[in-house]
Order: sequence, then C-alpha cells, then structure tokens
Amino acid sequence: MTVTAPERPSLKHRLAERGVDRTLLLLVPGVLFVVLLFAYPVLYGLQLSFQPAEGGSPFANYSTFFSDPYLADTIWTTLRLAIPAALINVLASIPIAYRLRGRFRGKRFLTTILVVPITLGTVLTAEGLKQYLSPVGWFNRILMALGMDEPMRLVPSWTAVLFSLIITGFPFAFLLTLSYLSGIDPTLEQAAATLGADWRRRFRYITLPLLAPGLAITFCLTFVLAFSVFPSAYLVGLPQGETRVMSIAAYEAAFRDGDYPMGSTIAVIMAVVMLVVIALVLAWRSRLYRGATGGKG
Amino acid sequence: MNTAFAELHIDHVSRAFGEHIALRELDLTIKGGEFVALLGPSGCGKSTALNCLAGLLPLTGGQILMDGKRVDTLPPEKRGFGMVFQNYALFPHMSVRRNVAFGLSMRKVARTERERRVDEALRLVQLTDHAAKFPAQLSGGQQQRVAIARAIVLEPRLVLMDEPLSNLDAALRLEMRSEIRRLHQTLGLTTVYVTHDQEEALALADRLVVLRDGLVQQIGSPEEVYAHPANRYVAGFMGYRNLLPVAMSTSDTVTGEGFTLSGVNRDGLTEGAAVAAFRPTDVTVADTEGENTVRAAVEIVEYHGREQAVEARLPGGEALHVRTESRLAPGDEVLFHVPRERVLVFAP
Amino acid sequence: MRLGGRRRKSSGVSTAQLPAGRTAERPEYDPVRGPSGRTPSENLDPPIPAKDFRRRPLTVGGWLVWGAVAFFLVNLVGLVASVVVNSFAVTWFDTWWPSGLTAQYYSMAWQEMALLDVLVVTLQVSAAVVVLSVLIGVPTAYALARRTFFGKRLITVLFLLPILLPPMTYGIPLATVLYKFDLAGSMTGVIIANLVPSVPFVVLTMTPFIEQIDPKIEAAARMCGANTAAVFGRVLAPLLVPGILAASILVLVRTVGMFELTFLTAGPGSQTLVVSLYEAMFSAGIRAQQAVDAMAVIYTGSMLVLLVIALRFVNPTQLVTRLKE
Ligand SMILES: Nc1ncnc2c1ncn2[C@@H]1O[C@H](COP(=O)(O)OP(=O)(O)OP(=O)(O)O)[C@@H](O)[C@H]1O
Ligand SMILES: [Mg+2]
Repeated sequence: MTVTAPERPSLKHRLAERGVDRTLLLLVPGVLFVVLLFAYPVLYGLQLSFQPAEGGSPFANYSTFFSDPYLADTIWTTLRLAIPAALINVLASIPIAYRLRGRFRGKRFLTTILVVPITLGTVLTAEGLKQYLSPVGWFNRILMALGMDEPMRLVPSWTAVLFSLIITGFPFAFLLTLSYLSGIDPTLEQAAATLGADWRRRFRYITLPLLAPGLAITFCLTFVLAFSVFPSAYLVGLPQGETRVMSIAAYEAAFRDGDYPMGSTIAVIMAVVMLVVIALVLAWRSRLYRGATGGKG
Repeated sequence: MNTAFAELHIDHVSRAFGEHIALRELDLTIKGGEFVALLGPSGCGKSTALNCLAGLLPLTGGQILMDGKRVDTLPPEKRGFGMVFQNYALFPHMSVRRNVAFGLSMRKVARTERERRVDEALRLVQLTDHAAKFPAQLSGGQQQRVAIARAIVLEPRLVLMDEPLSNLDAALRLEMRSEIRRLHQTLGLTTVYVTHDQEEALALADRLVVLRDGLVQQIGSPEEVYAHPANRYVAGFMGYRNLLPVAMSTSDTVTGEGFTLSGVNRDGLTEGAAVAAFRPTDVTVADTEGENTVRAAVEIVEYHGREQAVEARLPGGEALHVRTESRLAPGDEVLFHVPRERVLVFAP
Repeated sequence: MRLGGRRRKSSGVSTAQLPAGRTAERPEYDPVRGPSGRTPSENLDPPIPAKDFRRRPLTVGGWLVWGAVAFFLVNLVGLVASVVVNSFAVTWFDTWWPSGLTAQYYSMAWQEMALLDVLVVTLQVSAAVVVLSVLIGVPTAYALARRTFFGKRLITVLFLLPILLPPMTYGIPLATVLYKFDLAGSMTGVIIANLVPSVPFVVLTMTPFIEQIDPKIEAAARMCGANTAAVFGRVLAPLLVPGILAASILVLVRTVGMFELTFLTAGPGSQTLVVSLYEAMFSAGIRAQQAVDAMAVIYTGSMLVLLVIALRFVNPTQLVTRLKE
C-alpha cells in the first residue's frame, strides 16, 4: 500500500490545482484547429510577405506598398468608407434601439423587420442598388416625378458603396446596441426619474455612460464588417478609383497577378490597420466606467 | 450490491487550494450505521471535507480507507456513495421519476427492479403523487425530497449531505430534519451530514466533528460537545455567547473589569489572560450581591415569548447576553448571577 | 421535444413578462429555453408593461426617428422589389413597370447556371461546416467554461481573432496555404475555410451557455454512478440542446452568406450560391440580367427561410449578445 506524504501532494494533484486535468484534453481539437488553420496560415502569410516574388530585401513588398500611391492610398480609401459607415450605423442604432428597449407587444416583429436585411447579403444588396438607383430605376423616377430635371448618377459611386455598407451593417449594429441597452437595469433609470431627471438627462447621465462601453464594441464589430468590404466595392463602386479598397488591392495582387507575397503583404497591412483602429477604440473604452452594461453577465 | 462496511477510516486527509489549506489532516473513523455531523462556521472547510470524501475533489494529502481498502483513488462514480447537494442539483430536464431512476439506469439495474425501487424510494419520501413532474414544478421541500430519494435509491454504503436544509424555511426545516433522521434509521444508512447550524447537528447526529479554519476542534457525542466544549471556539459555536476577556487570579477564579467569577478551569491555566464562557440561559437575575454576581446596565431587550433576550453592558464595556423570564427594561441596573459550574475558563 | 414552445409562450403574457417575484406559476423545463426556463435575453429585458409604451405620445424626436426608419425600410423594399420584379420581367427599359411578366428566366437560371448543383454544394458545405464546428467547438467551449489554467487568455484571444479580423486578411494566406496543399478549389477546401470563423463562433456562443449550467449537476450525475461519457450524453447534451441549436443555425446563416472565404477557395465544382451569384453578376452581359436576378431572388429567398427558422430558436436581441467578452 502506498502512502503519500501529506506535505507533498503528487504531481497530478498539483496540476489539478492549477486547473490542469483530463478535461483540458477537450481543448485539443479546438486548439489544434485554430493553430493549424488560422495561426499557421496567418504566420505563413506574414513570412511570405517578407519574401518578395522578385527577390530583394525582405521589406521590398512593404516599401513597394507605401511608395506606390495606387497601393498606399487604398488605406485611406478603405478608412474613408469604413469609418463613416460604422459611425452612421452605430449612431443611427442608438435612438432606434433606445425607443425599442423595454418590453412591449410587437417588439419582436419590429426587431425582426430591422434584422431582415441581414439576409440580403452584400451581393444581392449590390445588385439591388444597381437597379434601384440606376438612372432609370425607381428611385430616380420618383425624384423626377417630384420635379427633378435630371436623374442622379448614383451607381457606380462611393455613395452607393456606403449605402450597401449601411444596409448590411446597420442590422448588426442595431441588434448589438439593443442587447446592450436591454442589459442596463431599468431600475437605474427609474431611480434617476424619482430624483427628478427628465428623459433627456436620464439618457445623458445614466443610459449613455452605461451604454458607452457596449457602443465601443458595437463600433468595432461594424467597423470590421465595413472594413472588409469587397463585393459591393467591385459591383456598385469604382474598383479602380474612389472605392479601391484594400481587399480589392490584396485580391488583385494575389489572384489576378498571382503575386501571393504581395497579396499577403497587403493582407498583413490590412490586419494591422484594422487592429490599430480597434485598439484605439478599446483604449478609449478602457477609460470609461468598466462595470459592463449594468451588471449583466 | 453496495456492501455495507464496518469502518471508514479518513486518514489525515488534507486539501489545499494553492497556498490556502482548506482542510488540514482530518483524521476520523466512521462506523457503519453511524450519523456523523460536520459542523463549523462558513468557510471552515466542511464542503471541502465532504467533496474529498465523495471523490469530487482530489486530496492533497492523506488517504481514505474502507475496511482497510483504499477508496480515495477511485473516481466518484465508482465509490458507491450517495450525495445530497445544498442546492439539490436535480437534473432540470428529467421528471422526478427519471431523476430518481438515473443512478439505477447508470448501474444497469433491470427495468422491473428499477421501477420497483424507484416506487419504493418515492413512497419513502412521500412523493408518489409528484413522480411525473419536473423539478421546476416542485416546491423547495419537495425538491429536497427528490434529491434525498435520488441518493438513497441506490442504497449507498455512505450518504453524504451538504447543508441539505439550508434553503428551506424554518418550519419545513424542522419537518425535513425528522424525515432525514427517520430515513437514516429505517434504512440503516451511514450518513455524513454537513451543517453550520449547531441545533441541527445536535438533533441529528450520533457524533459531531467541529471544524474551524480547516482544523478539527473537537470530535464527540452531542452531549460531550454541548456540555464540555474543547476550547473557546467550540464553546462560542455551541451557544456560549458570553465570551468575556478576563485574567486568572487563582486556578479557578478569574477577574474581569468590575467583576470576579469562579468557574471550571478547562485549559489548566494558572495565570495570565483567559476567556470566561457561559450561556445566556445560565444567567439569572440575583437579589443580593454574592459569589458570581455581576452588575450590568440593560441596553436592549428583545421579546421572545416567555423569555426575554437581554443585552446588558458590563462596567468594562463588554456586552453581557442574558435569556431570562424576568421582565427587564432598558436602563435598568441589574445584578446577574451565573452558577460557578456553568462558567468555563479557556485559554484566549 | 416541443420546438414550438418558445413561440407559443412569447405570445400573450408569459411568466417571463411578469416582474420578478410575481411569477404566476413555475415554468416547466423547456428544452428550447434552457434550464432557467427563460432565454437569457428575456431575463435582461426590463419588465415594462405593454401599456406604458403604447400610451407614450410620440414627440418630435420620435417622429423623426420613426420617419427615418420608415424611409430606410421603404427604400429597402424598393431595392429588393426592383430585383424581384426584374427577375420576372419579359423586358424592362426606362419604364415604371416591365412590359410583361414571365417565369422563364427562373428555369433558364436553373438550367444554364446549374443551380441545382450549386444548391446541393451549398447545402453540403453548410451542413458539414455546422456539424464539424459544433463537434470541435462545443468541447472547447466546455473546457474554457469550466477550467482556469495558464494560457487561457491566449487561447481565448486566438479564438476571438478569426471573428475580429476581416475574412480577407486571413483568407488570402489561408487560400495560399490550401493551394500549396492542393486543397483549394475542392469542396474540402471550402469547408475548411468556412470552419475558420465558424468554430470560434460556436466556442464564443456556447461558453456562456455552459457557464450557466451548475457544475453541481455534473457532480450529482457522477455521484449517481455516471461516467464521463454518461455525464456528457445523458446530462450535459440535453441541457445544451438549445444552445447548440442556436449556434448551429447562426453558423448555417453565416456560412450560406459567407462570400469572401468561399470566393477565395472555391473552384468550378465547389461554388456556393453567393459565389456563383457574384460570378454571374460579374460576368453580366453574357447572360440575361433577369436570369441573374432570378438567381439573386433564389438566394435571398433561401436566406430568408433560414432567418425565419433561426428567429424561432434565437431571440433577435440575443443573436449577438454573446459576442460580448
Ligand atoms: N475552488 C476553490 N478554490 C480556492 N479556494 C477554495 C475553493 N473552494 C473552497 N475554497 C476555500 O476553502 C475554504 C473552505 O471552503 P468550503 O467550501 O469547504 O467551506 P464551507 O465550510 O463549506 O463553508 P459554507 O458553510 O459557507 O459552505 C474557504 O476558505 C474557501 O474560500
Ligand atoms: Mg459549503
């Protein structure tokens, strides 16, 4: 019979104390999966970006990217689309979600209506915009019937791409905002009301500060969606001009020109720009009140 | 199929969480058929001890032997113990009947046999009429009884209960208490029962184990622990609400600020600081000054039916707790008396 | 199992709509709503009675907000209707309404673009992605929910990144790797690529679901003699069904709608509906515009069906709540 000394627990015990036991084996497939299919390709792409197709210094691809305005400008082109789109989506969601918070008959129906555009997807949205906004489409017909002389040239244009980003991004922003708002304890607002705050001040001093961290997350997620804009920039935008976003540049480099290293370079820069923006937003968020949105979760 | 045992030896069992030692060398032998209560304040390691026994927590030291065979190396499902959890932990997606039958089907008991034993268990806890309901449709007391039925239907060699009554209201708690004792006797179970309620432990158990900070303070029958607490902590826990800081003057008299008491010297002290412990119920109102009388000013009076719970202030500023049938009012200056055999003197 | 339970309860006054403490009756266990009998978002929604909202008069701000919403929706309907009407049009030039209606372009799209094959591929890819991501994701979520261990933060971030990064950024290197291993262009490649954001999505949606199940219930099952397999199969799985359903449906919707990753990895025989729609639009002029639109309508129709099914299982306000860190 083995007797373990009480002072010295076995290795198994000590590991179990640090949460290491057989349950962790369940992590193996998942971790293997992200490492092999996400981390490895990303690192591979990173390494590829330092091996230019034509040889030269490891940073040749990066210097090409930043010295060629046709490539470097895509950063600004993308941000000029993604930031307004994300801002509009978040800002428009706030008043609508604010009015839809709480529980009332028909809420489910209204939310469903507002969420349905998710089903359109980027491709159908682009197709619809192309026809609806075309010089002979219904939109321009109505404007002309109302007294306009000439049809507006809306497709292809920067505006049309922005519209498509709003149509696909707004439902997400709205849903997120609504669920963050629903997470704020309603008694807080009631308490403020008993202290004499009207709805404006209740919103300004109670709801908004509690909602702000959630809004930061919402902004990030809608920004991600807008930042990766690809099909609509091609289909209703000007893919060689005003809406030549980074995805297009990356795709063309990798698959049209067959220059994988350059494609990877642009993808890496894209990820970095994206993470910088998110980091900035989250840094701002970390300075806010951190009690989540009213003690939910 | 779970053969009863003669003796379960918990041999210097310890459990640490990182640096914090939640249970320190618990050494205890439980005989078959015994009802043992683990008693102690919140956080003293009662649940830890029970979970170690159940196999839900690995030990960091010591071993558990059943009739000489090690069981602490077995996983919980192989130990053949039953457990009743504090919040019941019923399976919310199964009916009462299927909850109770779960363990039997895990042990591949034949269907007819299973039905018979489930019926029997439900009858024992008087839930036959509720067999088809789901846990969420039952009251707290009923859920409690399902949890008990689920544990005893397996005829476990040892039943472990972790504060099974703490979520019930006072009346139901009394009722379920007798129920548990009745089941223990009729089924001939061996039970380890965790509670922080001394009254519950005294009422139910054959033997008490008092824990504090993971360390055993005293093991003994209810009478022993109640009448002869081993130290001031056990005393405090056993209803000795008056724990007055005093100094030894002789081997059996102590002096506090403004009073002198004679008592039973439990720790063999001869000098220095000590604690005089006595129960509120042992204090009476005295007519004349004499041995073991103290003067105190009544501050708070609580009505408890025939009795009053009184909190009075001693000259030194300590509170004196008294339970008395005499009618007192706040502001009264009263002379109180404690019999000397009821005053226990402990090391501080 | 009554899958319709949630819907039935959500109409009329359910217990969840009563303020806490006024629960009329104890809710029965409902597999769709989970152990607490309420969906998490219902727990969060403040119990404001219906009339409070109805009686509130609309202010100027209110009119503005609802006006803007109406304007948005009207244009959206116009946009969708343009495509739908055009898909049925015989010809439509410079007029309010096409010259005549026909369904011939649907059969044309069906035959010319091998829509049946595309639909079958879409179905196979999404089914495979759903099953695999649940099989890989749920155990991972379980371990993450139940254990704290060294490096847990790192693993969590690793699972968060594929959701946070635009698919293009990791799609391009992933496609490159898949080409290297000769997997790109095949259905396997498409499935692998779509798994990359789906597995983390399942992990993130399931973790809070698992955290909400009391570990004591697992301990109780063990004390009843259940081994690990039985604990998972008999106790955890039934309790997790609502969460798994919700996660699967969201993954399904995402996969059917996922353009970038499929586009980067699909070959001729492995295109899903979105991608072949894009291809058809991109090569517009080769085919009649109406046929392309017919295809778009079919795509939206199937997405709509999926969304309607999804909304039966998932409260819309809950769709993304769980993305919260
Ligand atoms: N998983 C854990 N990790 C770290 N410390 C723990 C853990 N579980 C318990 N402890 C610590 O161990 C000590 C004993 O805990 P235990 O649950 O046994 O107390 P208890 O006597 O059952 O108390 P209660 O009456 O409140 O249930 C406590 O100080 C607690 O903080
Ligand atoms: Mg406890």
